[in-house]
Amino acid sequence: MIIQHHPDEATLMSYAAGTLSEALSVVVASHLELCPHCRARARELEALGAVLLDDVAPEDMSDASLAVFWQKLDALDDKVLRIHPERAAKEMTGTASGLSGPLAKLLGRPLAEVRWKRLAPGIRYHRLPLSDPSRGDLRLLKIAPGRTLPEHGHGGSEITLILSGSYHDRFGRFGPGDVADLDAEVEHQPIVDPEQECICLVASEHPARFKGLLSRLLQPLVGM
Amino acid sequence: MSELVQQVAERKDKRAFRELFMHYAPRIKALMMRQGADPETAEEIAQEAMLTVWRKANLFVPAKGSASTWIFTIARNLRIDRIRREIAWQATVSEAPEEFDDELPPDEAVAQAQQHTQLRGVIAQLPRDQNEVVKLSYLNGLSHSEIAERLGIPLGTVKSRIRLAYQKIRESLEEGI
Repeated sequence: MIIQHHPDEATLMSYAAGTLSEALSVVVASHLELCPHCRARARELEALGAVLLDDVAPEDMSDASLAVFWQKLDALDDKVLRIHPERAAKEMTGTASGLSGPLAKLLGRPLAEVRWKRLAPGIRYHRLPLSDPSRGDLRLLKIAPGRTLPEHGHGGSEITLILSGSYHDRFGRFGPGDVADLDAEVEHQPIVDPEQECICLVASEHPARFKGLLSRLLQPLVGM
Repeated sequence: MSELVQQVAERKDKRAFRELFMHYAPRIKALMMRQGADPETAEEIAQEAMLTVWRKANLFVPAKGSASTWIFTIARNLRIDRIRREIAWQATVSEAPEEFDDELPPDEAVAQAQQHTQLRGVIAQLPRDQNEVVKLSYLNGLSHSEIAERLGIPLGTVKSRIRLAYQKIRESLEEGI
């Protein structure tokens, strides 16, 4: 797969700094699993964080802090202490279905076994659990081949990752691994390509706004 | 710093670890406090981060990046974990992976310290408004919307300042190679 559309640099920096909301972070992390280019960029942005951390004025630790640390360490079982590389590596790669780490964990099953709910003609969805559902919305969408979505903007707080299939809009073709990270004012009208259905992961920071968008999808489309 | 981590990995070298602890724990504590944690919680997080360093030292591979970047991501992930799972910041141990599997080519690994110096230089030379948004992001832990609110500017402006800062950083890193 050749990935042509990546998260915005500002999104990547927020992710590297740890300030991106949970729903958006899952989408970015999933893209990073697929995209060596963005992984390199994310690593640089983490190095930036390291430099800033190094230059922070240190806070005094309590007098016995290091002694306390050794005590805590001694109290822990030795088995707990050593992380085995093979186990750690297994945790980091996705499941056999090829899904990325964080998404695979949230989904808890292969993509083929997801139970989809009907949203609108040609559109199904599956909501994913977040730590705080009031702070965002994260869901899989499965959209039928050839389906046109109504023109809409993302309000700068939504991000979409294509998992399979593809769609076209004014910015080009979006296939597996591609990310749609639109600026606030930008609108687009995606049309799913005819060869197969399109499955994508959609994150939003404003659940109410996102649901408003979804309800528009329920309205009959002109020319369908 | 990378050699210290390797010494911990290879022979659980307590003296090497002490040096790491003395350098990073007070800074992680300061970072957490700047991001809103009270001193006790901040110190707890710093301790947890160093515990992760001790436990996972054998997973740190110098070819994949610098020790300070690795430790930064450990602290960052701990903070994310706490904020997402609890209302107040309380003790949890994060098992989130801190790194991906890419290996840097050998000459890039050698250039880690150089990159560190370069980044420091770029940050210092950023125009004030760009420097500000970068620091509010990393050091204060504010999201872009929160930065916009704090500074009383549109979200779009925050993002364009960040993009400009990012561009300068990329240019500087590319020149360095």
